Order: sequence, then C-alpha cells, then structure tokens
Amino acid sequence: MTDRIGEARSEAVFEDFKGQYTRDQATVEANRCLFCSDAPCVKVCPTHIEIPQFIRKIATDNVKGSARTIFEANILGMSCARVCPVEVLCVGACVYNAMGVPPVQIGKLQRYSTDVAYDAKWRFFEAGPDSGKRVALVGAGPASLACAHELRRHGHAVTIFEKRSAIGGLNATGVAPYKMKADRAAEEAAWVLGIGGVEVKTGVAVGTDVSFEQLEQQHDAVFFGAGLGSDTKLGVPGEDLPGVSGAVEWIEQMKLSRVPTDGVRHCLVVGGGNTAVDVVREACGLGIPRVTMLYRGTQAKMSGYAHEWKAALPEGGRADWQAVVTRFEGDGRVERVHCARLDAKKQPIAGSDFVVEADLVLVAIGQSKLGALLSGLEGIALESGCVVTDEHGCTGRKGWFAGGDCRNGGKEVVNAAAEGKAAALAIHAYLSGGSHA
Amino acid sequence: MPDLSTNCGGIKSPNPFWLASAPPANSGNQVQRAFDAGWGGAVWKTLGQPIQNVSSRFGATKIRGVAGVGFNNIELITDRALDVNFREIYETKKKFPNHAVIVSLMVETKAEWQDFIKRAVDTGADGLELNFGCPHGMCERGMGSAVGQEPRVNEQITSWAVEYSTIPVLVKLTPNVSDILPHGHAAKRGGAHGVSLINTIKSIISVDIDRLAIEPRVGGLSTNGGYCGAAVKPIALHMVAALARDKSFGLPISGIGGVSNWRDAVEFLLLGSSSVQVCTEVMLRGYRVVEDMRDGLEEYMRKHDFAKLDDMIGKAIPSFSEWGNLDLNYETVAKIDANKCIGCQLCIVACDDGAHQCIHPNADASIRVPVVDESECVGCNLCQIVCPVSDCISLEQVNNGFASATWNEHVHEGKALRPKKGAH
Repeated sequence: MTDRIGEARSEAVFEDFKGQYTRDQATVEANRCLFCSDAPCVKVCPTHIEIPQFIRKIATDNVKGSARTIFEANILGMSCARVCPVEVLCVGACVYNAMGVPPVQIGKLQRYSTDVAYDAKWRFFEAGPDSGKRVALVGAGPASLACAHELRRHGHAVTIFEKRSAIGGLNATGVAPYKMKADRAAEEAAWVLGIGGVEVKTGVAVGTDVSFEQLEQQHDAVFFGAGLGSDTKLGVPGEDLPGVSGAVEWIEQMKLSRVPTDGVRHCLVVGGGNTAVDVVREACGLGIPRVTMLYRGTQAKMSGYAHEWKAALPEGGRADWQAVVTRFEGDGRVERVHCARLDAKKQPIAGSDFVVEADLVLVAIGQSKLGALLSGLEGIALESGCVVTDEHGCTGRKGWFAGGDCRNGGKEVVNAAAEGKAAALAIHAYLSGGSHA
Repeated sequence: MPDLSTNCGGIKSPNPFWLASAPPANSGNQVQRAFDAGWGGAVWKTLGQPIQNVSSRFGATKIRGVAGVGFNNIELITDRALDVNFREIYETKKKFPNHAVIVSLMVETKAEWQDFIKRAVDTGADGLELNFGCPHGMCERGMGSAVGQEPRVNEQITSWAVEYSTIPVLVKLTPNVSDILPHGHAAKRGGAHGVSLINTIKSIISVDIDRLAIEPRVGGLSTNGGYCGAAVKPIALHMVAALARDKSFGLPISGIGGVSNWRDAVEFLLLGSSSVQVCTEVMLRGYRVVEDMRDGLEEYMRKHDFAKLDDMIGKAIPSFSEWGNLDLNYETVAKIDANKCIGCQLCIVACDDGAHQCIHPNADASIRVPVVDESECVGCNLCQIVCPVSDCISLEQVNNGFASATWNEHVHEGKALRPKKGAH
C-alpha cells in the first residue's frame, strides 16, 4: 500500500504541532498524575484506556507495560495519541482543570509509550486458535483495522475489502499532517495487521466489484466500516471551475502526493467544522499568503473545536463569519467568489452581496454518507444516511455489523477504534453462538 | 524582630542553623561560604586518624520522580590532612568570631583523644562533638556507632573528652539502638554539655536490579551505609523528644535528621532542640537553602509571638503522652468541602482499600464529590492525607455525649467508652 504514498508529498513540510517527549520529560509529566480512582479521563475516552495505570507505568519506567495497557484497550493507540482531540476528551476531563492547575498531558504521554513500543518493535498480541469462521470487513479504515485485530485475537479469519489502493482510511488520507503523516498511518496499519491472518483486498469496491450477497454467502459475518463518501458540494454556479475543490479530496492529494500552491494568493475555505479548520491550518502551513475561512454562522456556533481554531490564528488563519457563497466566477479558473451576508438565523440579508477574490477554494461542508450502499439489504435500517446499530454494532440483519464514520456520521478516530473493537466482540459472540445479532 | 540567636550547651550562634558534620563542612572554603550564605554554625567534618575513601559513596531513594527523599553514604571521616583542617578551622573561626565552629572528632585511644582535643581547642573552636554515631566503616574499627551503642564506652570516652577540653563537649548519638535514653544518660554521666542526634541509620539504600548488586557500587561490592535525609525525620523527632521529655536528662540537644526547611526546624525546636544540624538538603540544594530556613523561622516566631528561641524550645513536649492516656471518647469524622473537591476520588479508593470503607461515590453519578458515611467514619485521617487539595478534607470533632475516658481510666476506673465505629 505504501506505493500510493509518494516521496515528495506536500505534507512533508509540516512539523509536529505537539512535540515528542523525551524519557525525562515523560517521567516528569507522568509523575504529575494523581492516579485518580474511577478517573474522569478514562470515562470520557471512547476506548476507556486505563489512563492512570499507563501513566503510572511510565513513571516507574515500565514503558512496555504502559504500552500494553494502551493497546489492550485501543490497538490504534499510537495514532489516537496524536490525532485525538484530547482537549475535549481525556485532558479536558483531568481533575487538575478543576484545581486551576495545567492538566496532565495524557496525549503526549500516550504518544511517548506507543512510539517507544513501535521503535522497539514490541508486539503484544497473538492470533487465537483458528475458529474456522470467516468474516468480511468492508473498508480498511480505523474501524475495520480495530475490528480485524480483535477478530484475529479470537481466531476468526478476516478479509478486508478496500476500494482504494491504500489502507488506513482517513488516518492515512485525512489526518492533519502536523498531527500524523500518511507514512506513519501506513506503519500503524502494518503493525496492527502484523497479528497475521488478515487478507487485504485493495482496489475492490464492494457493491460494484463484489456484491453484498456474495460477501454474505462466502462469510460467516460481515462488518461494514466503509467510512464516508466524497465531499458534499455547495450546489452553486461555477463550482466546477478549476481551483474549486472538495477539502477532503484536496487533503488526500496533499497527504499522498502534491497539491499545487505556487502562485496561490488567497485560499478561501468554505465551512466551519473541523475539516475546515484543518484545511485552513494546512493551507497556511503550505505557505499560501492569505487564508480565509468563510462560515455561515458565528464563531460561537462553529462546530470546529475552539482549541483548533485558536491554534489556526497565529498560523495566519482568518475568518469571515456569517457569510455564504452564492456563485464562483473566473476565466478558465476561479478568480472571484460572490458571497452574501447571513443573519442570526443564517438567512441571506438583502443587498449584502460582496465579492471576494480567491484563486483556491476548498469546500469543507461535509461528506456524503455511504449507508445507502446497504439500502437494498433487508433488515438494515438507515438514519440520515448512517447505518443503524445497537451499542455493540449489531445491525438489524443477521450476521451484519457496522462501526466507524458510516455508523456515527463522522467522528474521531478513537470512536471508530472503539466501535470496530466493540463490533468484533459482538461478532465473536455471534459466531460463538452467543446472544448478539 | 525575633531573636534567632541560640546557646546550645554553651555553644552560641547567631541562629540555630548549623551545618552537620558531613561533606558540606569539609573545608574552610566551604564553611566560610556557608556562613556568608547565612548559616549560624558548622560542625566540621569529623577529624581522626588518616583514612581512605571509596568511590562511589552515595545513594538516594527516588520516589515519584523526586530523588533524595532518603539518602545514604558510605563515606568515612575526613580524608584531608589534619594540619590543614586545624589551620582552616583556626582561620574560619578568626574570620567569623560570632559563628559557632564545632570540631567533630573520632579517634580510638585515650592518648589520641587527648592529642586531638588539645589541637581542636587550640584552633579557637567553640565546642567539640564526639562522633559516636557513624554506622558504617569506622564502626568496624571500634569507633563511631560501635562506641555509641555501648553506654559504658560512651561514658568513658566522654569523661576523657570533658577532662581534656576547655570548651563545651557535645556527644553525637547513634539511632541504631532500641532505646535512646540509656545512651543519652551515658553521655550525661560522662559530663557532656549536650547531645546531638540522630546520626545516620544503618541501611542498604538500593539494589541495582540489572547488575544484581547493592548500591552504591564499589566495583562488584557494596556495604551498608548511613541513612539520612527527609525520610528519617520522624525517627529523629521521636528520639529527640524522648530525651527532651525525660526530666532526669535535661541536657541541651542539637537536633539532626531530615531537616530540609524552616518547618522541619521548627518541629525540632518545639520538641526540645536548641539548634538544628543540616546535611542532606545542603548536599542536594546547596547552602542557599538557609535563606528560607531563617526567614521562615523568623516569620513563624512573629506569628506566634515568640520573641526568642527559648520561648519556643520544647513547647510541643507537653503534648506527648503514652497511648494509654489518650482520650478514646474524642471523636472526629471527615468532612469534604464540595466547593474545593476536584473529584479525583483518591479518598474513596484510600478509604475502601486502606481504611474503613466509609467514603462512597455520590448516588448521582454526575456529581464527583464523594460522600462520607459519618456513622462509619473512624476519623483516621487517611482521606485527608491522600487529598491533593489543601483544606478540602477536614476532620471535625463530633460531640458524642461521652465524657473523656482513656484506656488506663477504662481499665482501672471503669470509665465508659463510646461504641466502636468502623469495626464491622
């Protein structure tokens, strides 16, 4: 899969936003942890990593034990350490916040243990004895990787079907490069699949190249972890002009190869979510002199994390709040963006039209849902395009399970990891004649 | 302004902070720099017949990232030439006439004691300290703690020293005994003007678990050392207090053992010390720690209206009693200040696993502030100790209607005891 990740990638210019701890730094920080009981940081983590325990083990220089604690709960602990929005999860829940003391840097400590584990090539888990059961996984993103690993621990044979030529999903193609680059995501995927017994079929689109019925016939269970689809379009005139791109598509190109930025004077990012904020920071980092985020609501209403937007400001990011694009114009390429002001109810204000000159427009207003792919399958229910399951990932169709963005509508890597693992346990119970599904 | 000056067994100094006989008081240059930094006195590194030291010499406990909470050494007495030491003591005293310079000595024979004491007195020093304490190396040669553990030998040598000396004699006691009292009394019978304690505690500081070898490592071998530092303070306080509250003892005491800051010093003073000696904290942080010791003590005295040290020395002694005289009907329960609680729940786990299972999570899971079951709380203090927030957990007295009753009163006079708590 690494053949898809080029050498001269645009993302290569980025440095880690949060640096790596040395052993001494990790020890000092680890010793700050209060070792809370029934710790709030654990409660808010979707994978419920025993955070106080893994931190205590760093403090005693038992780093291997620390890494085992992390991976036991979350096999994608290395990438989650880098990409999790810890400010609103574990670090945000640290009791030190209530004391007015800087919270323990849980993400950086987790990165320390998991990086040491990767560098030392430690492995912690073995495949279980062959169960004779076969499970098909649709998609090769974080949810499927977590699911595959857990299924292998229980001895079930796993085949992953991935429509792209690279695996890793958004961890490889979508994560902001100042958090993690594509090659590290590929390394993680290889490390996870190092448990053995996972067949990966890339370039195979389920529903087109293989039918769902075929999958069902050839396997004892199916896990649907297809993620999200392509960028949502604004649906305004001129959107097809060169220079106007979906943000997710642009980010993927930046991470796997190169995006042309030479000569770009003003990049306009449309949207107010986390992808929009990411792409603002990325455009700034690539040296585009002027980057503006155009969002329909106010700063207080944006769905992008406040801490991320705060980080974008010193990097050069600017915003134009309460505005909407009405059409694009340009001679063979986008040059002008016609906009209108919105009121508090996001309704256009008459006569408020204005024009912004921009030579790159990145549209970050969401991605299409892929649940519809399953719409023909009896028993599977959809809600807003997402696959409906119980808390274990069981769908209404016997032997069918789902997790990750296609189920939750687009959340964090850590949610996908948690859902993939939970579904694996449900699949195992199902295949063992247990209660689930 | 409070008067910090002290007189410990006839040895006067501008403040009660003395360097203990140890590496920080090894040379004239060091002691003079210490005096410049604010130390009131120094007990010179012990002089004796020539020795040779090993490398390495020190070890330290490391607890939750902090090294040196406990410390140990296998260093012997001075390894510098005697005439150099005596000359530097003379020069130091001359330069700092108001500071206390005390010469620590450790030799074997009566003739040696006579010779060394004469030379020490000739330096103009303010006093002598007889090192009957070191539990490593020198004790194998019949000195140090080997003397301190034998009251008759202690008394004999002390009496020689007092006979030969024209300046006050302090006897430095070893804690490596089951009861400190006979050893203090031996020094008193020998005519000592005061005692200093504790010297270090016989110890193995650590094991190198990869080399399978005891530390500090001298080639492939090690030996027991002397344990000191903040961790030994409770043992030192106990021994100081034991002598200070013995009315038949009555000698001045120079307190030693884990003094790291002004608070520690105040504790030693309140338990009867008229000076304190410091080594480990200086070894770890330098002479400059005395600045906080001095103004911390001064501010404390101001706050408590102690004009001079004598007003506070020994003031906590009356609060000591035998267990049998403690009031069994005095009852406290833990109270948690919900406004200060940060929800770490360390009190819950401590009480659950280490105490009486009487602190519980709130029934409403959205509230992190724990609930104390006061009907079961024994008032043990553990929750207060583990709480990371100052003044969040307090132990408050409960009026249970029972009159005071000690175990002795209960056994001998039949006084009624309140029902037991936490004994489910």
